[in-house]
Amino acid sequence: MGYVPIKGGKAAIEAAEELVRYFRLRGGSAPLEVKQIQDQMRLAVDRVMGEGSLYAPFHAALALKQAEGDTIEASFLLRAYRSTLPRIGYSLVADTREMAVIRRISAAFKDIPGGQILGPTRDYSLRLLDFQLAEESLTHIREFMGKFIPGAIRGEKGGMGDVLPSFPKVVDMLRAEGLLETPNKTEEAEEIIDITRQPLTFPAPRAARMQVMARGETGGLMALAYSSMRGYGNIHPTLGELRVGYVPLRVHHRTRPDEVVTVGRVLVTEAEVIARMDAGEDGIPRFTLGYGLCFGHNEIKAISMAVLDRTMRTGSKEAPAEDEEFVLYHIDGIEASGFTAHWKLPHYVTFQSVLDRLRRAQLVGRNEEGSQ
Amino acid sequence: MREKKVQSGYNFAFLDEQSKKEIRRRMLKAVAIPGYQVPFASRELPIARGWGTGGLQLTMSLIGPEDILKVIDQGSDDVVNAVNIRKLLVLTTGVRTTEDTREATLIQTRHRIPEEPLEDWQILVFQVPYPEPLRRVEPSEVKTREMHAEADYSRLWVYLYEDIVRWGEITIGAQYPVMVNGRYVMDPSPIPRWDVPRLNMAETLYLFGAGREKRIYAVPPHTRVEPLQFTDYPFRVEDFRCKQCALCGSVDTYLDEIIDDTTGARRYICSDTAYCAKRRRLKEEAGENA
Amino acid sequence: MPNEEPLLKVRGLTRIFGSGCSKCTICTGPMAGTNICSQCRSIVACADVSFDLYAGEILGVVGESGSGKSTLVQCLYFDIPATAGEACFKPYKDGKVNMLACSAQEKRYIRHHLMGMVYQNPHLGLKLDFTAGGNIAEKLLTAGIYHVGQIRRRAAELLLRTEVPLERMDHLPRFFSGGMQQRVQIAKALANNPPLVFLDEVTTGLDVSVQARVLDLIKKLQRELGLTMIVISHDLGVIRLLTNRTLVMKTGRVVETGLTDQILEDPQHPYTQLLVSSML
Repeated sequence: MGYVPIKGGKAAIEAAEELVRYFRLRGGSAPLEVKQIQDQMRLAVDRVMGEGSLYAPFHAALALKQAEGDTIEASFLLRAYRSTLPRIGYSLVADTREMAVIRRISAAFKDIPGGQILGPTRDYSLRLLDFQLAEESLTHIREFMGKFIPGAIRGEKGGMGDVLPSFPKVVDMLRAEGLLETPNKTEEAEEIIDITRQPLTFPAPRAARMQVMARGETGGLMALAYSSMRGYGNIHPTLGELRVGYVPLRVHHRTRPDEVVTVGRVLVTEAEVIARMDAGEDGIPRFTLGYGLCFGHNEIKAISMAVLDRTMRTGSKEAPAEDEEFVLYHIDGIEASGFTAHWKLPHYVTFQSVLDRLRRAQLVGRNEEGSQ
Repeated sequence: MREKKVQSGYNFAFLDEQSKKEIRRRMLKAVAIPGYQVPFASRELPIARGWGTGGLQLTMSLIGPEDILKVIDQGSDDVVNAVNIRKLLVLTTGVRTTEDTREATLIQTRHRIPEEPLEDWQILVFQVPYPEPLRRVEPSEVKTREMHAEADYSRLWVYLYEDIVRWGEITIGAQYPVMVNGRYVMDPSPIPRWDVPRLNMAETLYLFGAGREKRIYAVPPHTRVEPLQFTDYPFRVEDFRCKQCALCGSVDTYLDEIIDDTTGARRYICSDTAYCAKRRRLKEEAGENA
Repeated sequence: MPNEEPLLKVRGLTRIFGSGCSKCTICTGPMAGTNICSQCRSIVACADVSFDLYAGEILGVVGESGSGKSTLVQCLYFDIPATAGEACFKPYKDGKVNMLACSAQEKRYIRHHLMGMVYQNPHLGLKLDFTAGGNIAEKLLTAGIYHVGQIRRRAAELLLRTEVPLERMDHLPRFFSGGMQQRVQIAKALANNPPLVFLDEVTTGLDVSVQARVLDLIKKLQRELGLTMIVISHDLGVIRLLTNRTLVMKTGRVVETGLTDQILEDPQHPYTQLLVSSML
């Protein structure tokens, strides 16, 4: 029965899994330590935490190892793991004004109170392949750290000391001057739904939009935000403030509900985009705001999210980035990749059915030709 | 009993009881409004979106320790995806499985309805990639929901009309739109047209789950299900006239077209592999007895 | 004619865009010279419009852009909801209910079975990616005709009437000329023999010679089929050619109403006088 397709599924799957392991290991190099990934693949770990929507650096690093560096696959592993975890409770609203900042810039003003803090960025590095990295050894690392750490302790390496500073927000200043739209009262009054527990329907509350975007795939968000920036529904954004740092998370004490307890802190990237002016209910024009926030250090994602937050509130649906349904249904990396991959599944029953239709249509076509 | 842990660390049938309860509530609503798509908060599973997560969540929410489970893909129990789904379900429930349609209490399927008739003590769960039958003519969910609310199906009808004008036939192969209970147009999932008549006035509860699109819908037993068709262009199933299964000789089942490895010739075999094997067995037994 | 019951009875039809306030109707209108409410900045597109329309009659609504004439028909055809007012339509439940307050499903029924609409912009009235025949089929399918042969016979008949060459039936209107698109739109509007047809600036934007032919066609159809129509136009020439009776609108209000001939020969309201004098 050489022609019976895809038989013996179980054995085939097991063999495929073994092959995956072999392909990862056949180079013969030392096994990657999860700690190494966590430390040295910092941005990949952050991206996976964001898209997997679970703040767990070790698990994200492990997922990256398992997925051989495929961030979408790693995010999927993390999300599937997340869905097995008990939901203990919800944190109180985190205030990013309390952020212990490692990086903070504003494109809107030359200088801002507290100053621009470049922090760890390669924005201004020349993109030249660094061949020295190929030779990097523990000795090099020790040498560098030996020089860097004392300077950092003396406070010479901006924002890298023991105590990280926090700063007022640029948008608060604009708001105090009446230049910025005031927060939407109905939005603030809305109960925040949990999109993993309640179905998403449209029009979606802003909180739901934010959640979908915070879990969104970086590339997907970027492509849609970029389409707006290029001209499909441009909102003329200016980066009011971009900050990266640690935000404390608090919960109500379980047995003493009046008491608030800090349970830890998470690294987040926050972007606030100042956009095209609009007249408020009182008819006075003000700048509008787009907001983005995601786990870890991922500036492209936070900026894209802020741009899309604003484009989706335009009210028109003329450009893809303005249509919330278009944006929210297409940026989830886990959903999009799963469905894209599903075309690899057998479809021979459906194909047989369309084949039947094609043959029939060809027959009808030939008969018509013949009769003419 | 349902709290029984099989694979350490996971709840019976993977999902937590709260999630299962919510999904069962949505299923009840779906049964109450035949053909209507009920939104639900689709959970993340350890298999990918688009690979049966909707059907799985329904199965997981329904299954009990006493159930006898059958999982098929393209009509076959042995296709890799069916194997994978069965593996996850067995791992987390420890239930008995079967390939025999007549024995299974719960059947999860992708793209087929088993050939053997189903009865009222059985449930068939379909995996659904596109729950929205109007997606062919309208991409926006907001608009299609409005169209369903107003029973506004004229654009889908025009699509069928234009198909006939252009091709002399309706060209929809599998996934043929049906009218359920005279009210909602429904996507029956990508089953071939062959299986569509068996949705009508059936004995069995049919449940449809779309995990990625987060929708559940149902055809309860004894519900009218009619394919959309024109009086002068009636609905037709796939044409297997003059063809028969190369293995069991069947002339009344849905067939897969196979290209022979060596000769390149076309051959046909049953898509429902378990039923095909059963027929061959019965034939052999009859032969021995004769 | 006036002794019988009207086909359509409209009373106090009002449409306000914006939040609206108690001062809206006082702060707007021809006297105020604006349709924007000075209190709440809402736009009063039309307010307190009342009229009767009798079977077989052609009613013209004339006014400049912003006068509210298009809003009026859009409300009556349910393209946009009215803010206030009543409209009773004899073919629907014998005119006993206010159709403006009906459910979406009922409105859909009225729209598709009992009304026809021809828009200025063919994009609104036609699905340009459906064939000409498919566009007509859409109306017939809505009315429950599920027979391809019958649909095609009826479509051919309508296209013949509206002077569209039959060989264009299975072509996409996207590639038709403006005049031809309007003919297809008219054919579609007439598909279910509706008791009432709306024509909204149907010849605006067409070449003058094409305009004349489309207007001739409408006159011919009216004669042959005894259509009841509401014709919206900024062009008094169109109004004079097609209509029996006319409403003159300005900044959302009806300022004058009467027989079309009378209005043209002896306009009473200063605005109508201006319109008529500038018509030459």
